[in-house]
Amino acid sequence: MQFHSPATFVEAAALAAEAQGVTRFLAGGTDVLVQLRSDMVTPDTLIDIKKIGGVRDIKLNDDGSWTLGVAVSGAEMNEHGPLRAAWPGLCEAMDLIGSTQIQGRATLAGNLCNGSPAADSVPAMVAACVTATITGPQGERTVAVESIPTGPGLTSLEKGELISALHIPARGENAGDAYLRFIPRTEMDIAVVGAAVNLRLDGDTITEARVALGAVAPTVRLVPEAAEALIGSTLDDGALEKLVAACSAACSPIDDKRGTIAFRTEVAGVMAKRAARIAYARAKGETIEGHHG
Amino acid sequence: MALDDRKSQFLYVGTTPDRPDGLDKVTGRAKFGADAYAPGMLHGAILRSPHAHARIKRIDTSRAEALKDVKAIVTRADFADVPFAPGLEGEFWNVLENVMAGDTALYDGHAIAAVAATSALAARDALKLIDVRYEELPHVTDVDEAMKEGAPVIREGAADYSVPEGMHPNVVRYHESGHGDVEAGFAEADLVIEDHFVTEATHQGYIEPHACLATLGGDGKGELWCCTQGHWIVQKTCAALLGIETSQLRVTASEIGGGFGGKTTVFIEPVALALSRKANRPVKIVMSRNEVFRATGPTASASMDVKIGMKKDGTITAAEGVFRLQGGAFPGAPGDMTAMCAFAPYNLTNVRQVGYDVMTNRPKQAAYRAPGSPMAAFATESVIDELCKQLGLDPIEVRLKNASHEGTKASYGPRFERIGLVETLEAAKAHPHYSAPLKPGQGRGISCGFWFNHGGETSVSLSLSEDGTVQLAVGTPDIGGSRASMALMAAEVLGVPYENIRVTIADTATLGYNDVSHGSRVTYASGLATIKAAEDAVQRLCARAAAKWGIPEDAVKWENGCAVPSGPNAGEFDPLPLAEITATMGQTGGPISGHYEATPEGAGVSFATHIVDAEVDRETGKTKVVRYTVVQDAGKAIHPTYVEGQFQGGAAQGIGWALNEEYIYNDSGRLENPLFLDYRIPVASDLPMIDTVIVEVPNPGHPYGVRGVGETSICPPLAAIANAVSAAAEVRMRRLPMSPPRVLSALKSDG
Ligand SMILES: Cc1cc2nc3c(=O)[nH]c(=O)nc-3n(C[C@H](O)[C@H](O)[C@H](O)COP(=O)(O)OP(=O)(O)OC[C@H]3O[C@@H](n4cnc5c(N)ncnc54)[C@H](O)[C@@H]3O)c2cc1C
Repeated sequence: MQFHSPATFVEAAALAAEAQGVTRFLAGGTDVLVQLRSDMVTPDTLIDIKKIGGVRDIKLNDDGSWTLGVAVSGAEMNEHGPLRAAWPGLCEAMDLIGSTQIQGRATLAGNLCNGSPAADSVPAMVAACVTATITGPQGERTVAVESIPTGPGLTSLEKGELISALHIPARGENAGDAYLRFIPRTEMDIAVVGAAVNLRLDGDTITEARVALGAVAPTVRLVPEAAEALIGSTLDDGALEKLVAACSAACSPIDDKRGTIAFRTEVAGVMAKRAARIAYARAKGETIEGHHG
Repeated sequence: MALDDRKSQFLYVGTTPDRPDGLDKVTGRAKFGADAYAPGMLHGAILRSPHAHARIKRIDTSRAEALKDVKAIVTRADFADVPFAPGLEGEFWNVLENVMAGDTALYDGHAIAAVAATSALAARDALKLIDVRYEELPHVTDVDEAMKEGAPVIREGAADYSVPEGMHPNVVRYHESGHGDVEAGFAEADLVIEDHFVTEATHQGYIEPHACLATLGGDGKGELWCCTQGHWIVQKTCAALLGIETSQLRVTASEIGGGFGGKTTVFIEPVALALSRKANRPVKIVMSRNEVFRATGPTASASMDVKIGMKKDGTITAAEGVFRLQGGAFPGAPGDMTAMCAFAPYNLTNVRQVGYDVMTNRPKQAAYRAPGSPMAAFATESVIDELCKQLGLDPIEVRLKNASHEGTKASYGPRFERIGLVETLEAAKAHPHYSAPLKPGQGRGISCGFWFNHGGETSVSLSLSEDGTVQLAVGTPDIGGSRASMALMAAEVLGVPYENIRVTIADTATLGYNDVSHGSRVTYASGLATIKAAEDAVQRLCARAAAKWGIPEDAVKWENGCAVPSGPNAGEFDPLPLAEITATMGQTGGPISGHYEATPEGAGVSFATHIVDAEVDRETGKTKVVRYTVVQDAGKAIHPTYVEGQFQGGAAQGIGWALNEEYIYNDSGRLENPLFLDYRIPVASDLPMIDTVIVEVPNPGHPYGVRGVGETSICPPLAAIANAVSAAAEVRMRRLPMSPPRVLSALKSDG
């Protein structure tokens, strides 16, 4: 196994482009090292990206948007007061990952690029319109995060490409987000269903909404029908019923050891409904701590 | 005054000093299975079958052998070269077959070959170079399927004499017992309920994987360090499997990170010894969690039918049960125990129970706290709960009305001596939990539970040091704070402070034979032996005082740590403290020790009653246990905090078993969840505070009244939780675990 710690993303991309066999980037390593030790994936090349300048920075831009380095850990996000105040749902989604030990290492980009359909931060990022800068042998491009995972363990990144930064939009007024997941226990578990809701209000009426689901399809699902069910409503029972129906309809899950098709399809609607209530309350300025599952 | 000579006033017993191993464990000084190293040590690794059932056509180890880091490889084919002994029979043969497959792989995870190499990594890499050609065979992993005509046969001729003719060869043992006339009893009932219940296999879930360090020379002399609940059984089994003399193998038990019954047999130890003998170097093997799940004993899974008749006033008129237990690819599932425990809490005129031990393509089951009893209680206590509900009766009153007591002819045969079931029910009834109001959406369940408890072969040796301190050597690995309890009992007899006694788990060369730490026997049997050994030493101490004072030995008695004249006629002498006698013992007759070796028979059965409140999220099927109370008869709590720990541990493991833990096999017979991510034991935040009530109805078979407490605590939880969830969900739950998908679908379809 070859181990590299490049100083720049361009160098990292060049190393990855030239590498033979299986290549992994080492961010927090909470997926990479676990897979290595359990004999699931033994990389031929391991490229540590934590020595690259700025990868641990959380930057508030002048327009109110945020730029996050790719080695920022869940703990760092959640200890960042202003970021947490602006995007509580996204921060909570990241906070659900693992234990205190895992929190000190795990990253958003790692969660995304590991390609698990159940990754917790991904629906929250999609609902929040997060974008990623990708550096590769051909230069840089910026894409929506939902275009990156293409199936379990798979991404749209080309050989030599890696994420060099994540961008979270400006929060703006009268808006809120929330993420809830269903797990059979209270913590240290993997999402059987995840639902993220991000919305904006004018008075009591929802004017913008994005709803994304995790663990109910091979990749994260953005559900425009669910958003339409909310837009124009005051989150009345009728709107919630439509939201639930739209979410359940958007599911194409599998039966596996973690949950049945019927269960996931039904609970996706329940989680979305509960997340929508939290996001709505937050948009109205009411402080609500997400309760998980 | 007590009617018998049992002690009831105590100075040390019943107090709660810190455990002697506490500091070692919190500082990392304690040595567990994987903490042993030896010069020149090799690392072993085991190749395991990926198939549920497959004939092994050929094993080619040549590519692995060619690696320079590889020092030895063993398979069952090495038989002739005696890595393993030929001609084994019975359970030894089963264990051999389990630790290294013969011509057939019997389950996913079955050991096929093992490698010893210079590093753990090299050993793991070498496994990948072993080529095994399998011919897959049809498999079966479900107990009901395995009993059906046409089911794949795991092994012809495995059944014993007890199995009635005409049964499938996978049924290997049969049990039937009871008394009275159940048909007549059912005819007397106002309501008869018969129902079917299913539980999945669960793993003991000990946090420490199996680990050992083995050295065995060509001369048949060996040393073995391993984490085990009983090193004498390890010694005996390994010696048999390797064809060496028992006494030539010295086995030392490490500190143990949990066992719960699962470390009462061997898995890697004979393999490490065989590798060591072949490589002529020490070999260490440490299992991964994946191996622990796939290849060490989970508990049996069960399919059960229970039928109970009740009168309107709550009297049970008859009870009948059929219990089918699957214990993997070997005989041993506790069909008999399950049947015998099922109705033991009740004083029944008419009762009949049948148990089946069934083989399937799964790992060999191992004991897990009160094997069989938790499942039995789940079936029986669910039916009683339903009868109470339909007849509008209070579940504790009904149990009190039917409760077994002293003199009851037990459902499984003998008459009970003094037992404490009624006392646990009365304490549960009086507990504020039982009358606390429930919130909407919550349900309350109760259940009783029973376990036999065990005595077993026991040896203890106690020796006094010149400075008056005490060394106590016991042979039962400390799996629940027993060193503290032993020291308290020795302190009580000797009258010396708890802190002056050091308790050691002696190795097999240092003490006589000791049965495994199982059957809730340690505080009872090793405790009894400790008391007797201490009394033996006291007798010698008194003899030295008598000699010094020039009076007869029987004119001296022991009081508060001193020899004193037994009465005014014995003469006037100042009390002679223990330390003064030991200070000169070299000149007064030599070292002073006490011994005891026996098989105590009076273990004393025990009962518990649990109260559970549960809450069900009707939209997701998720259950939360919101309040839990354990009431159990401990006979006499030697160290009450550790008794409570056993009570709470049983409830915690029961919550996991009831709600989320299960072995999941896919269509090809592979275990789908051999890791803690998908095998869900409860995490701390899943558990409520578990309240405990220690009931003390002394066991006539122990000098201080002790009954074992380690197992009974896991008997009621499955039923108590199922009754609570059934009440909250308003639908009877008949299948464990009550995972959210199962509860949600039950909510929709009435079970
Ligand atoms: C005990 C435990 C509990 C966990 N609990 C959860 C949970 O609750 N929810 C959940 O979603 N996950 C969970 N995980 C999984 C894991 O922690 C997360 O997926 C985490 O976010 C991964 O981040 P990382 O920085 O550690 O990734 P790494 O392990 O470093 O990398 C993961 C993958 O992403 C790739 N990668 C990393 N950075 C980049 C980049 N900048 N550009 C391109 N590719 C990149 C790597 O090549 C690799 O394939 C858990 C893991 C453990 C060990």
